[in-house]
Amino acid sequence: MSKFSKSVLLENDEQIIEGLKKGDSLAIDSIYKRYYPSISHMILQNNGSEDEAKDIFQEAVIVLYDKVAKGDFELSSKLKTYLYSICRRLWLKQLNRAGFGNSDISGYEDSLFEEEDLQQHQELEKKFDQMELALEKMGEPCKTILHDFYILNHSMQDICEKFGYTNTDNAKTQKYKCLQRLKKIFFSTD
Amino acid sequence: MGTMNQKEFFELADQYLRGELSAAEKAAFESFCAENPSYAAQLQQHRDFVANMKETSQRLDFKQVLANSAKEYHKSQCTTTKVVPMKQSTVISLWERIKASSLVAAVVAVFAVFGTLWLSGYYSNLEKASSDYSALRRDMNNVKKNVNAHNAAIKDINDKKSVKSSESQFGATGFMLTTDGYVVTNYHVISGADSIYLQNGKGESYKAQVVHTDASKDLAILYIADKNFKKAKSLPYTFKTSTSDLGEDIYTIGFPRDEAVYGQGYLSSSTGYAGDTIAYQISVPVNPGNSGGPVLDSRGNVIGIISGKQRGIDGAAFAIKTKSIMNALADIPSDSLTAGVKINKKNALAGLPRTEQIKRIQDYIYMVKVY
Repeated sequence: MSKFSKSVLLENDEQIIEGLKKGDSLAIDSIYKRYYPSISHMILQNNGSEDEAKDIFQEAVIVLYDKVAKGDFELSSKLKTYLYSICRRLWLKQLNRAGFGNSDISGYEDSLFEEEDLQQHQELEKKFDQMELALEKMGEPCKTILHDFYILNHSMQDICEKFGYTNTDNAKTQKYKCLQRLKKIFFSTD
Repeated sequence: MGTMNQKEFFELADQYLRGELSAAEKAAFESFCAENPSYAAQLQQHRDFVANMKETSQRLDFKQVLANSAKEYHKSQCTTTKVVPMKQSTVISLWERIKASSLVAAVVAVFAVFGTLWLSGYYSNLEKASSDYSALRRDMNNVKKNVNAHNAAIKDINDKKSVKSSESQFGATGFMLTTDGYVVTNYHVISGADSIYLQNGKGESYKAQVVHTDASKDLAILYIADKNFKKAKSLPYTFKTSTSDLGEDIYTIGFPRDEAVYGQGYLSSSTGYAGDTIAYQISVPVNPGNSGGPVLDSRGNVIGIISGKQRGIDGAAFAIKTKSIMNALADIPSDSLTAGVKINKKNALAGLPRTEQIKRIQDYIYMVKVY
């Protein structure tokens, strides 16, 4: 609440995109504050509920994040228009799945967010989900060891001390085993 | 470098990817990979896998932040939007609760009000009030006309022609205001008239035109515009504008039938129907046709003009006061008048016996026939 009563909002699209890339919460807050109402309205007007609007919007922000995180993203329109387009596509997809017929989609051919973008998003989602699942399945201490080493870039020396291995070679062996297990889980679920 | 096992290779690969190898080691590792394509492929795969891990991890972090932001946002929206609708909803829920009972209450209230009014006779009073005043004009030749119409209908029965209903004719009384031909009668007598004729006691009939009407006072001033009409020398009666006293002996002459009919009585109230101050209540037998007749006192002063009576009450007739007639005369625009209106000031009746008075005034009282 207090976070929102502050009027510090990112105003231009570039700032928001930049913030989004870094996972800055201020950027996300700004997106919500500025764009959520109109999109929620759009979904409520089209047989949607408030909860569905929340989900669709959240997914759209993730789509945007994926695009931005890839590094080569360039905004070809206003961010608001782009987000709206994503949400509309996602929502139409959901309506179709619910059996509302697919005649609507053809009417949005000029959309900024095309059907193939949606498919791309779904593949990406699948890939990340798979990795997420694999990491989850692996359990401790492997998860933390790999996280510390690969994500946080801790040295093997640090990991050795943190986990109480007698020497770094043992730690390295452990890390290697963990990695092999992770790969096995990841590729087997393919 | 020769051969190395998997573990050693990935250890080197990690160090290579993290940039921890020295220049010589790096070159050796790269050349090893170049020589062994299978290891090169493994390195590539490992690089992608690690990148995937990193991305996934960052994405998870992002999702976490996003979820928090979303939660915060919706919470703030809830608290800001709830404040206003909460009030609304209490009002609405209150309404929902009392809707049924308030409808019942409204119905009961309506029944109570109108039921009470009905029981207390309000409506019958209303009806009486609006209908127990009757204007005293006479439908002339009604019976004759009806019989004629009946005969015509029987005659035409084979022709199947529609029988036109005859236009109604009315008769009433009027009396002279001035010697040069102004006559006063009631407005209700001449309203809607096509033509008006005045007939005196000798049977002479003159065509008259309406000069002025006052519907609110129920007065009409007519003018005899007929070349056969001879102006009178003077009127025998005068007009008394001051209020007469109760109990005053009064009489009237009118035409409830085709002959002049005398009626006498007394002034019974200084106000007219329903407290109307421009009229008197008089107790004189009057009938349809008496409308417009003069009301004279015993000395031959015109104190009013008969206008109507109250149904169901004996001897309650009403006469409009002379003062209103004078006001009506004064209201006539001067260009509607052919000559200045001169009101007779000289009374030739005072002291005469009643029969003599009647003889003298009879010529100045007309039967008004309206077609």
